[in-house]
Amino acid sequence: MEHYISLLLKAIFIENMALAFFLGMCTFLAISKKIEAATGLGIAVVVVLTLTVPVNNLIYNNILREGALAWAGLPDVDLSFLGLITYIGVIAAIVQIMEMILDKYIPALYSALGVFLPLITVNCAILGAALFMVERDYTFGESVVYGFGAGVGWALAIVALAGIREKLKYSDVPDGLRGLGITFITVGLMSLGFMSFSGISL
Amino acid sequence: MSEMSAKQVLFEPIFSNNPIGLQILGICSALAVTTSMNVTIVMCLSVIAVTAFSNLAVSLVRTQIPGSIRIIVQMTIIASLVIVVDQILKAYAYEISKQLSVFVGLIITNCIVMGRAEGFAMKNGPWLSFVDGVGNGVGYSVMLLFVAFFRELLGAGSLFGVTLLSPVNEGGWYITNGLLLLPPSAFFIIGLAIWGLRTWMPEQVEEEDYKMSRHTHKEAF
Repeated sequence: MEHYISLLLKAIFIENMALAFFLGMCTFLAISKKIEAATGLGIAVVVVLTLTVPVNNLIYNNILREGALAWAGLPDVDLSFLGLITYIGVIAAIVQIMEMILDKYIPALYSALGVFLPLITVNCAILGAALFMVERDYTFGESVVYGFGAGVGWALAIVALAGIREKLKYSDVPDGLRGLGITFITVGLMSLGFMSFSGISL
Repeated sequence: MSEMSAKQVLFEPIFSNNPIGLQILGICSALAVTTSMNVTIVMCLSVIAVTAFSNLAVSLVRTQIPGSIRIIVQMTIIASLVIVVDQILKAYAYEISKQLSVFVGLIITNCIVMGRAEGFAMKNGPWLSFVDGVGNGVGYSVMLLFVAFFRELLGAGSLFGVTLLSPVNEGGWYITNGLLLLPPSAFFIIGLAIWGLRTWMPEQVEEEDYKMSRHTHKEAF
């Protein structure tokens, strides 16, 4: 149990997807002008990550990994080079399915998330989490915790940035730095702040 | 768009329509690989190759793709190209591919590749699309190399792994700035680079959300 909590905290704070690995930066910078939008996107990312990382984990361990096809009588087959295309396919498919399910059963949430759901397919944080999961050899349980933690960390970062940007628009920024430039510097400062978590270990 | 020459298409994205500086594309997977020039160059070449060839391939099949499934078709083309690049790197530059770790795979979701396939290659012929891919890849590389140059020079005192400023802990005089090897510095450098770019080309400056009213404070007397 302690192991999982430590993994969760590590995924949320120390190895924050957006601020330590720069993943999902495009959407992170583009959709962080308003807090409501950022919250909606954050929730969607948490849900998608919690689903896709474990599913990809199962696929990797049972089909793609070297020797994983032994049950089918093919012990020497190594399909791990197909990893990238599989993960992105799985992510695209899950996002699509989620969209249909939400549309049918929870239309309120569907309309709240709106355009963000399809956008998530091309969010590097989602694919990045899948790749990190493979690289670090997480078990199924760990991958559930990691997916959830990575999502929460990303959501936290984007909501915080949106809050700062809402205040920032009233400030008098030098011309060339206005908009994108100052946002980058703000993110840099946030990233510095998150780095102070790096000493924590459980 | 049709009368744009190949030269324009090639050079436009490098400064005046830079993918990172203006289009906000492709920041995702890039910044973490800019701590040393060697790794950055490999990353840049991979991105240029993938952008150029995915643009070419998408443009070749653009009239055959049904609109509703175009994203998935583009994804498949891009993912296949990235797998090729990944396998080549693993075969010929194993050390560097280890350092790049997941970031080669993340070229798939690099918005530059997707953005150019969707925004340019779907509407233009194969040759122009190929050139546009190269141009955008180079524009992205210029920004990345700029960041990597400062991070490696000031952070480790070296360029391409060759020591230029001999660091203190090896008996030299240069006190290395450890901050530049950490993630936040990449944001600062890009922020400043955008500032510089926009001072040079003022037409890129964004609109103000609110106009500051003039300073009307009156002295008490």
